[in-house]
Amino acid sequence: MTARIGIVTFPGSLDDRDAARAVRLAGAQAVPLWHGDADLHRVDAVVLPGGFSYGDYLRCGAIARFAPVMERVVSAARGGLPVLGICNGFQVLCESHLLPGALIRNAQRRFVCRDQWLRVDSVRTPWTSAYGAGAELRIPVKNGEGGYVADRRTLDALEAEGRVVFRYLRGNPNGSARDIAGVCNETGTVVGLMPHPEHAVDPLTGPSADGLGMFTSVLSHLVGVA
Amino acid sequence: MTTGTSASALDTVARATNTPDEPQPYAELGLRDDEYDRIRQILGRRPTAAELTMYSVMWSEHCSYKSSKVHLRQFGEKAPASDALLVGIGENAGVVDIGDGWAVTFKIESHNHPSYVEPYQGAATGVGGIVRDILAMGARPVAVLDPLRFGPADAADTRRVLPGVVAGVGGYGNCLGLPNVGGELVFDPSYAGNPLVNALCVGVLKADRIMLAHASGVGNKVILFGARTGRDGIGGVSVLASATFDDSGAPAKRPSVQVGDPFAEKVLIECCLELYDAGLVVGIQDLGGAGLSCATSELASAGEGGMVVDLDRVHLREPSMSAEEILASESQERMCAVVAPEHVAAFFAVCARWDVDARVIGEVTAVSPEEASRGGRLVVTWHGETIVDVPPRTVAHEGPVYQRPFARPADQDALVADDPARLPRPATGAEFRATLLALVASPNLCDKSWVTDQYDRYVQGNTALAQPENAGVIRVDEVSGLGVAVACDGNGRYCRLDPYAGAQLALAEAYRNVASTGARPVAITNCLNFGSPEDPGVMWQFERTVTGLADGCQALGTPVTGGNVSFYNSTGDTAILPTPVVGVLGVLPDVRRRTPMGFGGADGAALLLLGRTRPEFGGSEWAWTVHRHLGGRPPEVDLAAEAALAEVLVAASATGLLAAAHDLSDGGLAQVLVEACLRGEAGARITLPAGADPFVWLFAESAGRALVAVRPDDRAAMADLCGSHGVPWTDLGTVQASSTDLVIDAVLAVPLAELRAAWSGTLPALFEG
Repeated sequence: MTARIGIVTFPGSLDDRDAARAVRLAGAQAVPLWHGDADLHRVDAVVLPGGFSYGDYLRCGAIARFAPVMERVVSAARGGLPVLGICNGFQVLCESHLLPGALIRNAQRRFVCRDQWLRVDSVRTPWTSAYGAGAELRIPVKNGEGGYVADRRTLDALEAEGRVVFRYLRGNPNGSARDIAGVCNETGTVVGLMPHPEHAVDPLTGPSADGLGMFTSVLSHLVGVA
Repeated sequence: MTTGTSASALDTVARATNTPDEPQPYAELGLRDDEYDRIRQILGRRPTAAELTMYSVMWSEHCSYKSSKVHLRQFGEKAPASDALLVGIGENAGVVDIGDGWAVTFKIESHNHPSYVEPYQGAATGVGGIVRDILAMGARPVAVLDPLRFGPADAADTRRVLPGVVAGVGGYGNCLGLPNVGGELVFDPSYAGNPLVNALCVGVLKADRIMLAHASGVGNKVILFGARTGRDGIGGVSVLASATFDDSGAPAKRPSVQVGDPFAEKVLIECCLELYDAGLVVGIQDLGGAGLSCATSELASAGEGGMVVDLDRVHLREPSMSAEEILASESQERMCAVVAPEHVAAFFAVCARWDVDARVIGEVTAVSPEEASRGGRLVVTWHGETIVDVPPRTVAHEGPVYQRPFARPADQDALVADDPARLPRPATGAEFRATLLALVASPNLCDKSWVTDQYDRYVQGNTALAQPENAGVIRVDEVSGLGVAVACDGNGRYCRLDPYAGAQLALAEAYRNVASTGARPVAITNCLNFGSPEDPGVMWQFERTVTGLADGCQALGTPVTGGNVSFYNSTGDTAILPTPVVGVLGVLPDVRRRTPMGFGGADGAALLLLGRTRPEFGGSEWAWTVHRHLGGRPPEVDLAAEAALAEVLVAASATGLLAAAHDLSDGGLAQVLVEACLRGEAGARITLPAGADPFVWLFAESAGRALVAVRPDDRAAMADLCGSHGVPWTDLGTVQASSTDLVIDAVLAVPLAELRAAWSGTLPALFEG
């Protein structure tokens, strides 16, 4: 019996089918979750995918935070449910206060899509345990509002507590503070990152298969726990 | 109310009958005297204001193809026999059978004038419009490509237009979740004041689920769904797309550009696909140019012929809109479906799930044999009164057809006689080096990633190749591994020198690009961008282009599935270069076999140049960049050689012979070597054949050529394959992954870092900040 991993579809979600494919390639069962359905359907973990939820005409993720499904995601995450937010999903996690900080318009004021090097700075999360410490990954980044910001005290605390999970290497694509590409909550179960691991699960369709590790990590975490 | 129109002044059919001599503003709406007379003849009375609106937008050049129709017929008449074509010219887009039960639909369109007036919204809604065409065929849109052309790269107005257009293409396409996998970026002074913003969309569907735009089944409901109808884009097709800009025109036309809402389109896509899956749709049409006028008249005339529409039921953004405004509005993100009465409730439930507004606005009606012979009957009511009562076929399909005069331009002979052979050429090593660096840094040949990095190329997770590769390659099906490749190309300079050959060269280049990835080319779409059809010289270019393209497609066995004509691309009296852009679709049975262009994974590979190199510099990038020269003849066209080369590239890919392949075009061999070395960062050592003129070998733009990299062990097999297809080949050297230089023996040696700096620095320097 494998793990059930839910993927939320908001109106305007774009990478939900890609995230489901990555979950399947990792060996888990992908369970579609609908924004208007306040039910997590017994999933063992949740992925909030990339896209432009509700068009993101306000602040990115600002409306998605209030979706019925998010009430359940927030309370389950506080109870330890592993949650991964990718790009727009990261923005939603910040808006939901599951993660500290915020994502602002890229420093160069343009959308950027490119193959990006990352370093895994924490392998103590259920989403990164399959990687070696300091592993370097090549994963697509694609965002218009991906600049990670937080006040200095928060940034210092994140660093001190080992909660910077991913850092940009060889160039910062969007002006993120301290090259931060992804962070986690206090317990490490909730992880958000701007780059797209679901687009790096097969060298046919991505720059590498380096992203698959996030999905295999959570699967072994869940199967190990169970 | 003291001023304005009172209810009694509503121009009903009854009123039009009783006031036959009332003057009407048909000229202001873009109709000629004889066209207006014909409308009166068709109706047996003067048209109402609403009818005049419908005829004027539908009989505009943009919608009716009145100047191009007589020539475009060749695409059908000369179409090669093809089992693959499931839907041909005439529908929203053509559909091609690619096997395993899958079909692909693709089409290219222009949004040139709106993009000049309002670059962001013009480009954004250009993407939105072509995506709805693809969606209307029953397909999931899976990729877009954007061929873009602007004035000089360093012109002030290019700095205004280009960043807005690129941001608009990206802003809309990225938000829609469509990977942008290819396109073009070309600069030429003729496009100053008249940029070309073309957009190609590819969609995938099951071959047995094609949707068509017809209103069949008497009693079926007509449902308008998607965004509300507003005042944006009114008269876009007649005012904006069908006339030339004059010096004062642009600001006054600003309100005619539509405003896009990509989020609304994204949910509309998902909503439509769910409606199709549930079998709830009889026929469907997108709303684009000419809005409801187009959708209702086309649906009705393709179906039973009868339809009644109640405009009061249209969901408006601005309640004060008049009937004429509702009929002409080009508000985006709307679709019109024909639905059986028993499915209306289920239809509305799907729309509600996606928060998409839907309203029943009419019904399919029966027509008498007499009405059918006149072209059917479309009745539109407003406030309980009949304001339109027309045969829809006369609106949609029986517009005027013009035999515009055409004549070879007076300067054509002098242009062709001005051969670039007289131009000074590089002779020393230092001059070759300087020429190479100048060319790779030129705006037309430089690195385009400043533009393409603003587009999402990964979304949907099926992108196997994307720009700057030879073609975009998309996986269609994860189970079978079936894939498609799409490339689009055009060369306005070649077409200016010889439009017949230029059109075939555009076709050949896109065909070659597709074959270079290993895909077999199967069909084409085209976007024909020209000056004013009222200029006989432009009409000559157009006629030659269409004839060349039709003959070329016949020779290569690739039918035209559809496309678009954009006339009036002139500023004042100056027309753009004649610019047909050709999109070619190819099929890859196993997408994992796709051939990349870069030398990165090909250390030690032998490099072979396939095809014949001739001293051809007419219209070349070298002549233009170095000497600002345009004259002579374009490269020779040999379609049999193109077909043979494609056979070799496809067969070599299928048998795994190729480590890399790159087609030769603008800039010649030198450009291809630079691009392939920098893609994956690998050096190469080249030795030109003994006695070869290095200038000709490096910079000539002869067609029908490709550079391939094969493992040393496979070199003999590759040579045999070329021999069996009669394709000439030349040993050129080897890939040296550890080397940091591109070396051409006895000619030049340049570090890759220096090439990259020159190649990559141009666009950021021009457009950053």
